[in-house]
Amino acid sequence: MTRKVPVVENIFKANDQLAQANRNLLDQTRTFAINFMASPGAGKTSVILRTIEALKDKYRLAGIDGDLASTLDADRIAATGIPAVQINTGGTCHLDAVMVQNALPKIDLPNIDVFIIENVGNLICPANFALGVHINVLVASVPEGDDKPYKYPTMYRGVQALLLNKVDLLPYFDFDLDYFRKGVEALNPGLAFFPVSAKTGEGFGEWFAWLQGQIDAFLQTANG
Amino acid sequence: MHELPFVESILKITLEHAEKAGAQRVVALDLVIGQMSSIVDDSVQFYWGILSKGTIAEGAELRFQRIPAVYRCWDCGHTYPLDGQHLACPKCGSVRVQLIQGDEFRLESIDIE
Repeated sequence: MTRKVPVVENIFKANDQLAQANRNLLDQTRTFAINFMASPGAGKTSVILRTIEALKDKYRLAGIDGDLASTLDADRIAATGIPAVQINTGGTCHLDAVMVQNALPKIDLPNIDVFIIENVGNLICPANFALGVHINVLVASVPEGDDKPYKYPTMYRGVQALLLNKVDLLPYFDFDLDYFRKGVEALNPGLAFFPVSAKTGEGFGEWFAWLQGQIDAFLQTANG
Repeated sequence: MHELPFVESILKITLEHAEKAGAQRVVALDLVIGQMSSIVDDSVQFYWGILSKGTIAEGAELRFQRIPAVYRCWDCGHTYPLDGQHLACPKCGSVRVQLIQGDEFRLESIDIE
């Protein structure tokens, strides 16, 4: 005879629990973790490199880089002089909490203040997989078009900061900044928003100031 | 392809609950999937066929309940479905809106023998 057994369990739970374990470890070692997400070609690595340059004299940094197969991005990050670990996802479209958990022992966390994660270039899958970081950052870009918040709402809903990169290209694209921002505001009210150009450096001052505020607040609480 | 780890998770939860209930066999699963959760039924079905092999849940039927994304406007109280082009309230134009359903992804129940 068949009978029904109630379950009512969240399928994301397994990953979420591991993410929480990562978070506990990072809190213990007083390491502020940032997860950068973006579509391929949005300028994620360029934004990260500028961010590293701005932070590396003030904080002890380390990074991991998720990529399908190459070490190109990790090499670019390592070239800044900070410790960098490559995670080759072997074709998987996102980083998950397990991959980060496996990478963490390769980093000397107690001596790292800020830990930067570059996720796989993808606006869909990374949004479902919490990693245990302190802030999730999305790098959007002008050539992608102003409709992306409407097409990838899950990604836009789950982040604590949004950079719109390549704003130097705004005169050349039919990018309606007002339409873009309306979509963002509906999905993620009050989201910290920074229009930037990784090519010219425009707008990065505000981003660095905001980010340092977040890092310092964390390090102070962690120290206290 | 990101359904794979979720199907592993579904199998694990299923087997835990089936064992607890003293099941000989799992015949069906009721899954609730919100429109915003980026989960594709066919992909879940595909991995389920592979992963459930050799377990007491092998061949169990997957029943999907799809939950459409619905927003509610903070300003005028209007509720409306996501149309993929607009997020602002179609009635008053406000962008002070909130998703009230559509991000679910859970195993609701299992049918066992």
